[in-house]
Amino acid sequence: MNQVTLRSVVGGDRSSAKPARHVPGEPGLWILLFGDMVVFGVFFGTFMYQRSLAPELFDASRQTLSLGIGLANTLILLTSSLFVVTAIRAIRSSQRLAARWLLVGALACGLAFVGLKVVEYTAKVHEGNTPNQNAFYLYYFILTGLHLFHVFIGIVVLVLLLTQAGKSDLSGTRMALVEGGACFWHLVDLLWIVLFPLLYLVS
Amino acid sequence: MTLSLFRARSTVVWVVLVVATLVSWAVGSEHGTGSAIAVVVLGVAVFKVRYVGLDFMELRQAPLLLRGMFECYCVVLWCVLAGMYLWL
Repeated sequence: MNQVTLRSVVGGDRSSAKPARHVPGEPGLWILLFGDMVVFGVFFGTFMYQRSLAPELFDASRQTLSLGIGLANTLILLTSSLFVVTAIRAIRSSQRLAARWLLVGALACGLAFVGLKVVEYTAKVHEGNTPNQNAFYLYYFILTGLHLFHVFIGIVVLVLLLTQAGKSDLSGTRMALVEGGACFWHLVDLLWIVLFPLLYLVS
Repeated sequence: MTLSLFRARSTVVWVVLVVATLVSWAVGSEHGTGSAIAVVVLGVAVFKVRYVGLDFMELRQAPLLLRGMFECYCVVLWCVLAGMYLWL
């Protein structure tokens, strides 16, 4: 009797002190997200290995990159992530209109990233800095191109989130899909957070 | 209504991440090859990755296994990149 009472009291204290732990999105999605992070981790390592073979060439080449555009794109993606995480909070608190506007803001950031990337690629090609020029530019175009592909998928995901944000009542499954989509967009931000210093600052 | 949504930990994290980005850019844009500054810049990047995971992806409240895997990824990423920069 006493043990039952004690357990229930201890259990009650625990549940009120700490919120229940929760997997953001569908658990299976995390296999994809971690897989992507590991694949990019291998690419980052490969880039560092190639850099070690010609450090002066990589340092000289990185100084020809558009640092301002790289910095602006980093700040743009960070801001888009803030909009997305705030939109998820708005959806949970049934502030549908606010959630939609926040997702529109995130979409605008995504499109701004793509626009700046196009400007940067165009400038580099006009300057004669193509993938054929040297190992640095080969890896620069491969890594940023793969990331840009993720941005395109992320933009489609944000549009899907926008369609869900307007619905009055989301089921548990749909909410998990919304959270998973948000996590994918944060992954796009996360990968660029490593790519920016690796390409523009460190190499 | 929207402004009240920004009164949250994630907004504070965003400010910290923006400041960290600007600091990295300020100290990292001009340095020679083999500089220790590069290791610091990589460390700041992994610090930012960790906070994106914990506060934007909401892994801070995730089951410990999932959170632990992410924390391990951050540690391994920094060790590998900084190690390759310094010793290759």
